[in-house]
Amino acid sequence: MSNNSSHITEYKVLGRILLILMFFTFATISVTSFNLASFTVTVALLIAGIKGYFVLSYFMHLKYENLLLRILVGMIFVLFALIVLITFIDYSYR
Amino acid sequence: MMSEKVTHIEEHRDDAASKLGMWLFIFTELLLFGGLFLVYSIYRAQYPANFHEASLELSVTIGAVNTIVLLFSSMTIAMALTAMQKNNKKLALRLILVTLLMALVFLVNKYFEWGAKFHHGLYPGSDLMALLERGHLLYFSLYFFMTGLHAFHIIVGMILLIVVYFKVKNGSIHFEKYFLLENGALYWHLVDLIWIFLFPLMYLIT
Repeated sequence: MSNNSSHITEYKVLGRILLILMFFTFATISVTSFNLASFTVTVALLIAGIKGYFVLSYFMHLKYENLLLRILVGMIFVLFALIVLITFIDYSYR
Repeated sequence: MMSEKVTHIEEHRDDAASKLGMWLFIFTELLLFGGLFLVYSIYRAQYPANFHEASLELSVTIGAVNTIVLLFSSMTIAMALTAMQKNNKKLALRLILVTLLMALVFLVNKYFEWGAKFHHGLYPGSDLMALLERGHLLYFSLYFFMTGLHAFHIIVGMILLIVVYFKVKNGSIHFEKYFLLENGALYWHLVDLIWIFLFPLMYLIT
């Protein structure tokens, strides 16, 4: 494959992504200021996940990368989710 | 077509492989912080009340300002890459400088935040820490360790971007050969990505 085949992300797109990320930052602060009990953590993590998706896809150009790399990145998060799940199962059945 | 072939013969490099290598390193970083997030979630599940009380000690404002500073710096370094790809060296250099400035603002904020804690006698190994309830102790130990490790990554990222800045300046990174800038930017986005999860978990949990 040739070098520098990378996709060029326009300034405008990057600017818009920043606005989206800012919006979700304020959203997460206002949501967590209400006490939604156990939902608060879920909502906060969900919003962090959405923000992470935008950073990975646009700032880190994953949206325009080849499928192999995208699968690899996805697998890291699946692996981490499994580790958390297994550890919690272990703790709750002791 | 021809000119591309010529560059391949002249330079033995593989940008796609360089990038893949950087990603593999990022995976190890994600799992490093992942391990800490796992410890955090287990102890949070065991001491929910203590974690809630302890998190009230942190200033949401400082945390939010630092979040915005990092998000902004993430955008500027992504724009620096765009500028380099478009052969706009001057703009790329300016955007790297803005990114470095934002990194400095983040560290100054962190300095005041930690400084206030230290002033109240709250730091790892202090007499006050030894007297805390177990849940509080765990929270603050994780807080100092995780944000400390993150701040260390900020410093490493800054060093990397300073090197990149001078390489862009002397022309060894240019619009046809920018993988070092691209990898430096990827590292910087990783630092931002980790903070996106640290901020709600440390500052906002209730």
